[in-house]
This record gives sequence, structure tokens and C-alpha cells, in this order.
Amino acid sequence: MIKNISNLGDSAVYCDFGDKVTKEINSNVIKYFEGLKKNKILGITNITPSYNKLIISYDLEKIRFDQIKNKILEIKTEDINSDENKIIKIPVCTDEEFCLDTERLSKKLKLDIGKILNIFFNKKYFCYMTGFIAGMPFLGDIDKALRLKRLETPRVKVPKGSIGITEQFSNIYTYESPGGWNIIGNTPTKIFDKLNQDNPLKINPGDIVEFYEITKTEYLNWNE
Amino acid sequence: MSEAYFEILRAGINSTLQDEGRFHQYHIGLPISGAIDKRNYLISNHLVGNKSNTASLEFAYQGPLLKLKSGRASVVITGDVIFNIIRKNSEIEEGVCYQTFSLNQDDQLDIISTNKSVYGYLSVQKGFKGEYFWGSCSIHTKSEVGSNKGKKFSINDKIFLNQSEINHNSKKIDYFNSKIEFIRILKGTNFDYFSDKSKKDFFSKEFTITKLTDRMGMRIKGPKIENIVDTNIKSEGLIKGVIQVPSDGDPIIMLSDHGTIGGYPKIGVVISADHDKLVQLTPGNTVKFKLVELSEAEKLFQLYNLETKTILDQIK
Repeated sequence: MIKNISNLGDSAVYCDFGDKVTKEINSNVIKYFEGLKKNKILGITNITPSYNKLIISYDLEKIRFDQIKNKILEIKTEDINSDENKIIKIPVCTDEEFCLDTERLSKKLKLDIGKILNIFFNKKYFCYMTGFIAGMPFLGDIDKALRLKRLETPRVKVPKGSIGITEQFSNIYTYESPGGWNIIGNTPTKIFDKLNQDNPLKINPGDIVEFYEITKTEYLNWNE
Repeated sequence: MSEAYFEILRAGINSTLQDEGRFHQYHIGLPISGAIDKRNYLISNHLVGNKSNTASLEFAYQGPLLKLKSGRASVVITGDVIFNIIRKNSEIEEGVCYQTFSLNQDDQLDIISTNKSVYGYLSVQKGFKGEYFWGSCSIHTKSEVGSNKGKKFSINDKIFLNQSEINHNSKKIDYFNSKIEFIRILKGTNFDYFSDKSKKDFFSKEFTITKLTDRMGMRIKGPKIENIVDTNIKSEGLIKGVIQVPSDGDPIIMLSDHGTIGGYPKIGVVISADHDKLVQLTPGNTVKFKLVELSEAEKLFQLYNLETKTILDQIK
């Protein structure tokens, strides 16, 4: 399942599961992530799963690449069951104020705005990974008709709550952040809760996300 | 007895509480954070008799002006730092780094600036009182996690100490923050995405540290690094020291508060032994990179670690 294993710097292992981004490859990544958490190899400081890669950081005072590499290759993942997919519903307001890029998308994709939103809301999305900033989910896949590259010049500040799309993916900006994704709406719901340290994320890898539209009034009165 | 605390009369540019950092949370999007110059952080804590993972005040460039409003404190400043102690009777004493001193109620500490470097540390006996998230009180401003509601300190904030009475021991060490000529690099996982000329340039030409540098990352400028394969990769995990090259050809080096995943090709990774020296380079400084092999990087880290231990062992 791991196609290639190499070092990333002197204190991380880079596990490559292939070039493609599919749910199958991603669920293999997640199985290794779970397997490594269970095995508690000495010296590991972080494990970062992504679409098709897994990066294991370690404390160079405790272990070296050659030693940890073999321990990783010994991990058995056959008996690891991924948790059942949870369905998470996320409210989105598409008021003009929040749709920073829908007009641009409309021109580039040659689709009217209503049609773009319709296609976007009519699909369920799989969460491949979380990160970049705290709790940001990377979701997919968006309909082929909506796929477009990132902005050529990324925004210095994307507002908190923004829903972005680029290529085959969608995300949610859990904090104000620089970013280059096309913004098509905003959610008032809290995605990352630092006070809930056992379970800080609303959306975890493997979850299914359904976006639904709310009005500006509902957005402004959102209370949770 | 009332709690000892400092009041901030001037915040400085980037004053935060830091400990050794927050581990095992990359997968939810939290970087390790923690003291960015680990050796200076450790020395400061050991000088005041603290355990290694105690919260210190980290500052950058201009430091804070602090007034001890209550209690007494045994303190030390490390780094290459210019500071004054302003006693209650207005007498001014010139501060000396790596040498402990005591502060009484209403004394002030004026941390004027770091000298030809970026970061410095203030440690107090028994440490500062932090708020803990996932085992660390380090402030990560981007996600508003850590002490002080995850924000850098501002004027009128209070920083509480864990103890209000002290048992002051005069301690000092001689330590010199040496400059580094080369930053040593391991090949990145996308090394072959770059043209032969750019690979050569990267290890032979000078790069300048730009002003767009903070705890998240360091942007450097030199010859443009030309990508001949793809300027984006599928987003994947990052670690401190990774050098990403976006499509504009100007490298960015990930530092302690880096985003946990990124989608730009990685030309190299700074070896762990050179992190502390790298982060102290100021905007305008130039740097050259030198390619090393993994086994050499591992040996250099052992050497760095042994040096740190030797310094800490001198403090008794």
C-alpha cells in the first residue's frame, strides 16, 4: 500500500501512497494513521495524513530514520476498521457579501451563478484530511463543471467561515487566513473548538459533508 | 500573599509565552509552535533553575517594557539582547544576558531590542503561569490557541508568575551566539521539479531574508527558482525547516508556526542542527545553502545536542 518511503529532512518519514487522489488511497492513508497511533512507536511527535501521503515526524534525540522506517513498515493495517462515515450538515450563506468569486467563476466556467450554486449544493462531499490551519477540512470531489484553478494572486486575508473551491476540492476557512481558493459562500458554524480538546473538529477525515443554503437573516442570527 | 505579576507598559513587536511546544496535533491543523530558538530558551530556564518545559516569554526585535507590580522575581534574559533594569528609585542598571538578577515590586524591565538577531527569552524562577491546550501553553496566534487567549501580548496585559517569593541564586554563563556561514540542507521530496540551473543556483548563490518573515515562515529572495514540472503538488504534510517554492520562484522556509499542510513543491529541508541559527537571521541578512546527506545531518544534530547539554551542564 505504501508505494515509496523516504526521508523528509532529518526528522520525518515521507510515505507515498501514489499520485492519484481517490477515496480508496485516502482510506489506506487513514488506516496507517490509525495503526501508527495504536502502535505508539517511541519518538513519534506527529503523524500527518493527507490525500495520498503520510508524514511521520519524530524526535531525532530518540530515534533515527533507518530505525523508525523499519518499524513503520512492520505496521499491519488489515484489522483496522475505519470508523463509519458520519454525515455533517453545514449551513452556508451565499449572500453577495460572502460570494467573493462567484462572478469570476461564472465568467470563467460560462455558467450562471444560480447554476453554479445549484451544482455545488447538490452533492455530498468526502473529507480527505484536515489541516493547514486548525480544523480546515479538505473535501471532495466537486462536480467536473465547477473545477477551476486557484486565484493567480492569493488573497492576503480570506474571511473566517469562507467556503472555497478549487480543482476537485472544497474547503472551509476555519480562521481568517491567506488563501487562493475561489470563495462562494460563508458558514456561521464553528468548525474548530479549542475548548473541546478531546474532539475539537466538527468535520473529521472520512466524514461526509452536506452543505445547505441559509438566508442572510438566518446567518446573522446563527446561535450555537 | 498576592500573586506576582508583570504589567506590560509596552508590548514589543511579538511577545508571546512559549514552552517546548504542542505535539501530536498536526493532523488537526496545529503546528508544534514552542520556543523558536530552542537552545536560548533552554539556557534561560536552566539559569533560573527551571525544568526544561517551563513557559518563558519570547520576544522579537523590540521587546516589552514590563513592570513587576507585585511580588519578587528571579529572572534572566538570553539571546543577544539590549535591556535595562529600572529600579523603583529610578536608578537604571544596564542588563547583562545569561546572568540572573532579582526584581522587586515596582522595578521595571526595559527590553529595548535584540541585537543583530531576532528572538530573545525572558525566564523567571518557576516559570510564568500559562493556559494549557493539548499539553502546551505556547501561544499560536493564527488559531488563537494557548495562553493569553492565543494572542500576542499587548499593552496593559498582565503576565502572572507561578511563585511570588523567590530564592535568588546568582548564576551566569558565558555564551556567544555565533553566526552561521551556511545553512545546511537535505534534498526535498520534489528536488527534481526544478531546473538544473536552479538546483545549482540554490546551492551556490546568496539569498536575502525578506521582511515577510515571522514565526510562521521565512521568505527569502535570490535567483528565481525555476520549476520545470508543476508549480503545485497535492497538498501534503509539512515540518519545520521545509523549503517550499511557490510559482513566483521565491522560496519560503517553514518555521515553528507553519501551516501543517501545503501544496508547493519542496526543494529542500533545513537540517535540525541549524534551526536555532536560521531563525535568528534578520531581514536583509544573506544566507547560502549547503547540501548534506542524511547521515551527516544526523551526526550534526548529535553534535548540536551534545553542545546544548554541555552548556546546560555548566549551570549548576
